[in-house]
Amino acid sequence: MVIEVISWAFMLSGSFFVIIGAVGTLRFPDFWARLHAVSITDSAGVILLFAGMCMQAGLTLITVKLIIIGVFLFITGPTATHAVANAALVSGLRPKEAEGFTGVEPEPLTKTDADPASSEQR
Amino acid sequence: MRTIGVIIVFIGLWLLLSGIYKPLTVGLGVLSTLAVIFIMNRMDSIDEDHVEFHLKPLEFLLYQGWLLVEIAKANWVVTKIILSPSLPIKQHMFSVPYTQTSDLGQVIFANSITLTPGTVSVETEPGQFLVHAVAYSTDDRAALADMDRRVTACERATPA
Repeated sequence: MVIEVISWAFMLSGSFFVIIGAVGTLRFPDFWARLHAVSITDSAGVILLFAGMCMQAGLTLITVKLIIIGVFLFITGPTATHAVANAALVSGLRPKEAEGFTGVEPEPLTKTDADPASSEQR
Repeated sequence: MRTIGVIIVFIGLWLLLSGIYKPLTVGLGVLSTLAVIFIMNRMDSIDEDHVEFHLKPLEFLLYQGWLLVEIAKANWVVTKIILSPSLPIKQHMFSVPYTQTSDLGQVIFANSITLTPGTVSVETEPGQFLVHAVAYSTDDRAALADMDRRVTACERATPA
């Protein structure tokens, strides 16, 4: 009974974070900010939902499978996010820097010039 | 020795994932394990590419626990930003130096940056990562330097 309550708490809070991620995706102004909204779904949503599901399943093979899937998502999730972000950067999409920060850091700008050149050489 | 370990891991994985212990299913598992071993040995003669894990197991587990706490904190921060009516975002892209020597250590650090909401590692350059933050604050650099130190502490020093 106690486990039932705790697992439902986990699953409901996981669902809450998934919805927050969706709301953020709608509210944020551009691609780069939306990336961060999605990562809430990716981390908190997934971890809490999986913890809740593991408790529902109890000590069974299903829990083992859930943990294996969870570990897999824990590694592939950020890798996929990085791939998307990197593709956006390489194709020339630049984040809108916050006020007072424009030009403070030269690295992204030098990178802008470096990347199209290297892709042209191919 | 390595092959025996791989066989044990693969058969274990098959048994855990199938959950059906009839002679036919288990036999198919053994067959496919042997097929994978055969193909792996053949591919080994093309390139000697092995993934190596130079990590301290206990430290790495402790780091995962610490990372979970950090993820929880960062999630809450970004959730508040999403729900606040004024949407106080402050996007900034900056570089974070890394001190890991192995590829695996660098991957763990970059993935940890991406896993914590609010920061995404965008590009890898020699000696540093480009990181994009949705709500940049001056503490971010110190926090990421701390994370970098913790990942490096998990690495096992290897002679090449």
